[in-house]
Amino acid sequence: MATRQTQVLARSLLTPAVGLLFIWMIVPLALTIYFSTLRYSLLDPGSEVFVGLENFRYFLTDPAFLASLRNTLVLVGSVLALTILLGIPLALLLDQPVIGRNFVRLMVIAPFFVMPTVSALVWKNLLMHPVSGLFAWLATLFGLTPIDWFNDVPLFAVILIVAWQWLPFATLILLTALQSLDEEQKEAAEMDGASAVSTFIYITLPHLARPITVVILIETIFLLTVFAEIFVTTGGGPGLQTTNIAFLIYAQALIQFDVGSASAGGLVAVVIANIVAFFLVRIVGRNLEA
Amino acid sequence: MARMATTRRVAISTVAAWLFGFLIFFPILWMVLASFKTELEAFAIPPSFLFFHWTTENYATVQERSDYFHHALNSIIIAGGSTVIALLIAIPAAWSMAFSPTKRTKDILLWMLSTKMMPPVGVLVPIYLIYKSFGLLDSRTGLVFILCLGNLPIVIWMLFTYFKEIPRDILEAARMDGATIGRELVYVLTPMAIPGLASTMLLNLILAWNEAFWTLNLSTSYAAPLTTFIASYSSPEGLFWAKLSAASTLAIAPILVLGWFSQKQLVRGLTFGAVK
Repeated sequence: MATRQTQVLARSLLTPAVGLLFIWMIVPLALTIYFSTLRYSLLDPGSEVFVGLENFRYFLTDPAFLASLRNTLVLVGSVLALTILLGIPLALLLDQPVIGRNFVRLMVIAPFFVMPTVSALVWKNLLMHPVSGLFAWLATLFGLTPIDWFNDVPLFAVILIVAWQWLPFATLILLTALQSLDEEQKEAAEMDGASAVSTFIYITLPHLARPITVVILIETIFLLTVFAEIFVTTGGGPGLQTTNIAFLIYAQALIQFDVGSASAGGLVAVVIANIVAFFLVRIVGRNLEA
Repeated sequence: MARMATTRRVAISTVAAWLFGFLIFFPILWMVLASFKTELEAFAIPPSFLFFHWTTENYATVQERSDYFHHALNSIIIAGGSTVIALLIAIPAAWSMAFSPTKRTKDILLWMLSTKMMPPVGVLVPIYLIYKSFGLLDSRTGLVFILCLGNLPIVIWMLFTYFKEIPRDILEAARMDGATIGRELVYVLTPMAIPGLASTMLLNLILAWNEAFWTLNLSTSYAAPLTTFIASYSSPEGLFWAKLSAASTLAIAPILVLGWFSQKQLVRGLTFGAVK
C-alpha cells in the first residue's frame, strides 16, 4: 500500500530522532574514550599527555575500585532481593479481594514518585537519626540500643532507602502480571483440590517468571547508577563504605578533577551496564515479535 | 459455609493489605506531619504523632529564606520543557515506525532502547566539559537539553506501543477516501492517539521532575530545580527537620498526584511494553 512518497516521508520523520540519539550516544562516548587515554587534570589545563592505557591500569588496580565494585554489587543484589522477595507477597496480597484496594495501591506506589533527594534526606534524618529519629525511639521503646545507621551499617542504610523506593515498582509490575493471569486456570486447580501452596508454585510462579526477569533487568540498570541517595546522605563514606562505581567516578571527575581516570572508570561502568542491557534487549526484542 | 470462609478471607487480606500499605506509605506521612510541627517538636523524643501544635510557618519560612518558588519554577521549566521537546521529536519518529515499518524498524527500536542503558556516569566527564566550555553549566537550557535526550528513548517507545494499537484499517479507509498524510495525521490519527500521548507526557514529566543525576551535577544555584534545592538541606550545619519536611512536601506533592493518575502507564513505559 505504502507509496514511495510515504516511504520517503516516513524516513524523514524518523531522521531527527535517530540523528539526535546517535549524536547523544557517539559524541560523549568518543570523548570519554579519548580522555581515558590522556593524563588530564582540570586543575592543570593544557598539560594533557597521551598515556595509553595507563588510566585503566590506575583505575582498575586502585583499591577504591575494588571496594566500590563490591559495594555496587552488594547494593544492586540486596535491593533486588528485597524488592522481589517483598514484592511477590505484596502483589499477591493486593491481588486478593481487599476492601479499599485502590487506596491501598496508592499508598504502596507512592514512594516511587518521591524524588531521590527527598527520600534519602527524610530517611536519614526523620527516621534513621541515631538520637531523634523514629527508629531510635522505637528501639528504646523495646529496650534496645538505637542503631547509628550511617556510622555502623552505612551501606545497609542506603540499601534500605533505595529498596523502599523500588519496592513499589516491583510490586506494581508483579501485580499487573498477576491480574493478567487466567482466573479459570487457578479455579480449576482449586476444584481439583490443589492446595494454595501448590497452586502458587505450579501456576502463579511460572506465570511470574517473565515479569520477575523484567523487574530484575530494569532495576539493575537503574541501581547500577544509584547516585543521589549516596550524594546527600553519606558522600560515599565513612571511608569508602558507601562508594559505588557511579559515585567513585563522580568523585574522581568533579572532586579530584582527574579527567583521565574518571573517563577510564566511566568506560568500565558502560561495559558493566552493557552486559545487563544485552539480556534486557533480547527479552524485549523477543516480545516485539509477538 | 463457603460464604463465611470468603468473608473471613476478605477480612484478613484487607487488614493485612492496609497494614503493609500504611507501613510503606508511613515515611511520607511522617514527613508531611513533621512539616506542620515546630522545629523543636519535629526533633522531640518521644515524638508526637497528631497532638502537637500545628503550624504552617515552616512553609512561609522556606519560601522567604530560600526562594522556594524560584526552584519550583526551574523544575516546571526543566521537566515541562524537556517533555515538550522530547514529544515533538518523538511523535513523528514513533508515527513513522508504527505505520510505515521497514525491516529495519525493530533494530532501530532496540538500538534506541540500548542508548537508555548507557549509564549517565559513563559520559559525565565529557558532558561536564562540553557544558563548561559552552557556558551551559547551571543553565536551564542545558538541563532541558540533557533530560530531553535522556528520556527520548522511553518517549519514543511508549508512543510506538500506543500507536501500534491504533487499528490500521481506519488509516487505510482514510487513504482510500483520498486523505493526504497531513489530513490523516490531523483528523484521524491525532484524536485516536491522544490518550497514549497524555500518558506518555505524564510519565515523562514524572521522570524528568525526579531526575537527580544530571540536575545535581550540572546545576548549583540559579538553574537548580527542586532535586538540587532539597539536596542543599543535607549540609550538616543546620538540621532543620520541619523546614526540610515542608520543602520536601511541596516538592513531591504535585508529582505524587500526577503519579497516582499514571500507574498503569508507568508499568508500560518503564518496561518498554514488556509487561502490560
